[in-house]
Amino acid sequence: MQQLTRLLEAALFAAARPLPLDELRPLDPDAPEAEFRAALDELRERYVREEHGVELAELAEGFQILTRADCAEVLAQAQIVSRPRRLSVAAMETLAIIAYRQPVGRSEIEEIRGVAADGVLRMLQERGLIEVVGRGEGIGRPLLYGTTAAFLELLGLRELSGLPRVDELSVALKPLEEVSEQ
Amino acid sequence: MTTAPAPAPATADRSFVIQLDEFSGPLDLLLHLIREQEIDITNIPIAKIADQFLGAIDALGLNEAADYLEMAAYLLRIKIQMLLPRPLDDDDWEDPRAELVRRLLEYEQIREVADWFIQQASARSDRFGRGQVPEAAEVPPPPVLVNVEELLAAAERLVESLPQRIMHRVVPRPLDVEGATRRIQELLAEKPELDFIELLGEEPTVTDVISCLIALLELARLGALQVAQPQAFGSVLILRATADQAA
Repeated sequence: MQQLTRLLEAALFAAARPLPLDELRPLDPDAPEAEFRAALDELRERYVREEHGVELAELAEGFQILTRADCAEVLAQAQIVSRPRRLSVAAMETLAIIAYRQPVGRSEIEEIRGVAADGVLRMLQERGLIEVVGRGEGIGRPLLYGTTAAFLELLGLRELSGLPRVDELSVALKPLEEVSEQ
Repeated sequence: MTTAPAPAPATADRSFVIQLDEFSGPLDLLLHLIREQEIDITNIPIAKIADQFLGAIDALGLNEAADYLEMAAYLLRIKIQMLLPRPLDDDDWEDPRAELVRRLLEYEQIREVADWFIQQASARSDRFGRGQVPEAAEVPPPPVLVNVEELLAAAERLVESLPQRIMHRVVPRPLDVEGATRRIQELLAEKPELDFIELLGEEPTVTDVISCLIALLELARLGALQVAQPQAFGSVLILRATADQAA
């Protein structure tokens, strides 16, 4: 294995969170970014080729070594790891609205879901999945929310563009005229 | 209500057996009713759906009732609007259900994304990063084990910690020179001689000692009394002035 690949593996093993490329650069300040990419690719491919129990994941705009999904059941049964508690459907709906409409205020979220959102918003904020990104216009200058890096980690996404595009969804918003024609 | 035997809408009836906890909100419930009966979302039989919706929220706990009741009221308003007669040639007529349909479609879209999120999060939670240690099991608090003595002791501690009611605190005023002079004269009126320590009384303050000393020296200077110290470092005696001195 190349020296840079070994260093990257060591760094990613030692870190308990996704490390962005910027934080990895000091491992070899002289190497160009392409060399880092190549070394990371080598590491990823090696894990796959040699059927390791871990894989190199790219999430939340960083790199992290994670155990492979097919090991999860056995690891959990042996109580070596435990899966994080799941979020409720209400929480996921709220996250979905914020992810697609950020920055978005509470009233818009409540309008779409038809339910008061205070409790869910507080919980998501405490978990660090959303944050206040600004204040809107209008009465009381409402707080506007956006998603965080922890949100990307939650879904195992590299960046927000990894979300399904609106036109990929099976339910597309129909124009109102079409509805009224009935 | 007629007593004619209903054509047993068995499937529709079954959709009423609903656990409301399963729904994340009134739109979710509404969407469930519509899907269950394979209703065309653009042509909702609003009267029927409104009745079913009301039936379903009957079983609802009061905590979330407001959100569901708001939707119920909204459905009933649309139902009434649909019943209002309208001129046949009115081109401006807008289906009162249009807004509801828009909201339902919007919600359905969000719901689809949320389902995708749930799948993604589930897949992600099967892959562990380093430092993922199992959360400590939540231990229920132990049952309270107390006997009568402990309970009484605790009650006593509590009572003791209560602030005592203070009506008025009398603070002894330090003796000044005039006071000390008066005290010396009063004591000498009672008996012919006294000890300096006796003059100071119990637990004298520094001020008391100084006042007494100054008063004593002043009275001695005026010849109002005599001071004697029979032994070096012994006690200081205060004696009434003899007649010739006082004169």
